[in-house]
Amino acid sequence: MPLLSYEDLSVLLPGMARPVLDGVFLQVEAGEAVALVGESGSGKSVTARAALGLLPPGASTGGRVTVDGCELIGADAATLRAVRTGKASMIFQDPRAAINPVRRVGDFLTEALRLVGGRSKAEAEARALELLAAVGLPDPPRHLRQYPHQMSGGMLQRVMIAGALTADPRLLLCDEPTTALDVTTQAEIMAVLRALQQDRGLGLLLITHDLDLAAASCDRIYVMYAGRIVETATAAELLAAPRHPYTAGLLGSSPPLHGAPQRLTPIPGVPMGLLESAPGCAFAARCRFARPGLCDQSAPELEPAGGRLVACHLADTVLSEVDR
Amino acid sequence: MTSVMTAALRRLLGMAATLLVTSFLVFSSLYLAPGDPAAFLVRGRSPSPDELAAIRQQYGFNDPFPVRYWHWLDGVLHGDFGRSYLFHQSVGEVLWSRLPATLLLVGVSTLMIAVVGIGAGIVGALRRGTRTGSAVLLLVTVGAAVPSFVAAIVLRSVLGVKLGWFPTIGNGTGVLDRLHHVVLPAIALSVTFMALVTRVTRSAMLDELRREHVEVALSRGLPRGTVIRRHVLRNALGPITTVCGLLVSGMLVSTAIVETAFGMSGVGSLLVQCVDELDFQVVQAIVLLVVAAFVVVNTAVDLVYPLIDPRVRAAGGAR
Repeated sequence: MPLLSYEDLSVLLPGMARPVLDGVFLQVEAGEAVALVGESGSGKSVTARAALGLLPPGASTGGRVTVDGCELIGADAATLRAVRTGKASMIFQDPRAAINPVRRVGDFLTEALRLVGGRSKAEAEARALELLAAVGLPDPPRHLRQYPHQMSGGMLQRVMIAGALTADPRLLLCDEPTTALDVTTQAEIMAVLRALQQDRGLGLLLITHDLDLAAASCDRIYVMYAGRIVETATAAELLAAPRHPYTAGLLGSSPPLHGAPQRLTPIPGVPMGLLESAPGCAFAARCRFARPGLCDQSAPELEPAGGRLVACHLADTVLSEVDR
Repeated sequence: MTSVMTAALRRLLGMAATLLVTSFLVFSSLYLAPGDPAAFLVRGRSPSPDELAAIRQQYGFNDPFPVRYWHWLDGVLHGDFGRSYLFHQSVGEVLWSRLPATLLLVGVSTLMIAVVGIGAGIVGALRRGTRTGSAVLLLVTVGAAVPSFVAAIVLRSVLGVKLGWFPTIGNGTGVLDRLHHVVLPAIALSVTFMALVTRVTRSAMLDELRREHVEVALSRGLPRGTVIRRHVLRNALGPITTVCGLLVSGMLVSTAIVETAFGMSGVGSLLVQCVDELDFQVVQAIVLLVVAAFVVVNTAVDLVYPLIDPRVRAAGGAR
């Protein structure tokens, strides 16, 4: 059984024309690093939060989300607490916003252990010191007494990671963990995350808009567009030969890391908002291959094509011939 | 740590300077007030101009302004606020006899404001959008619009006269009787302030509830009650403390109305009486006392604030 599994998860918010998430399938095995890639507003963060039972207020849901065998959709408070305190933890985008600014770093690290885990203050602090060292912070005893505003963004994100590890989770959910940081710090944080993931055999779901980052740090990649998974493959396959026009568009709009620089080709148009809906493929309006009468009429299912799963009517015809 | 001490010391010096300026303003404003204190002293008789001049001489009314201010300030610094013309006692004795009643009134009101105001604010924030939440908002709007003298009249006539649950006049004797007597005045005094504290608490809580770190705390499996207490209410304490500090001193002023309305003998009703009777020495002392309370409470809030929000500590050190 996979560690994290989404089966046909749909999330609908009142007053919106289309679901935030529409039939999401996604799996993360124990010890596996998986990326979920998409533009802002594609539903990646909602997907990740659903794994902790954090859904937007007023949302109606369909389908299943399980973490280590625990069903989260419609779960009672005890199940939610069990998952949140022992199975899965989340690392948030902006550590400055995610850590209470008026409490000490030590409080942030130990409160879950003391208040929910039933550990003594000394035990919790010993554990916190150990984790601060594990995420590569130079002076753990001092950091315990510091306030968040006394640390840099990169240091604070390490604190955030240490905080996520206090619960000894089997699954780490990382919601754009490096977006709020500068470039060199980004690389350091990703290195810390990957090392911890490998050392501890954690399952990892990395939410990012950066396809190259996803490919560099994860085994498999899911590409999300307008609340649907449109393509999934191993990182190498996806980068070498994207089969969904959207994936191809994402790759074409970022500069290649190696080889001669090429002219970037942005994807025309803007992502579909929550107040719009289309009877056919959500990407059809922006897709240069879209066939009238087909793509704008029926929504494609996620189906095998070229050794992976793709949700595109033309996966077997057009894109297999397009050479990037 | 030394920067914290320096900042505290600076605040205390600032407080002393404020009090000094205040004392000057208080003294000079009464100097400008209409009415001749010498004329008051001889009220009921018709003195000859010579007798009047003698009285002026005796009480130092002829001295130049700075000299009179200096004498008064010197006395105040030694705890001597002068003599009350009205009571033929030292101002200190007059105040001292009236102070306990007022402190009891303000104390009970503060307690009510803290418990009911903050409590209702928390409920209003957590139950926003429900019937309970709307009820809190309605009560806040009504409460803020009720002046204390209106509240006093309504409370007296309904709970005091019609239902007879509470006495309507006087201070009472003995601990329980005093408390019984102070209930209605305390409610009348605190209604407006309570509404203000509720509103501030509610909006501060709502601000904090929206913060991402609250969602993060929930995502870590902390029970909702714990998150509300440790991360929402704790972070909302800053504005709540500030407004409570302002209110305590504001209440001292309002005691003038409430004590008069309930026929209580306290500093507030004393102020009204002495203004009426031109007993300048007492008025000066009371005004100075109220301003001092205001300054002291605000300084205390300033000093406590860095404990509530550590980010202020950093900013204070840099300034």
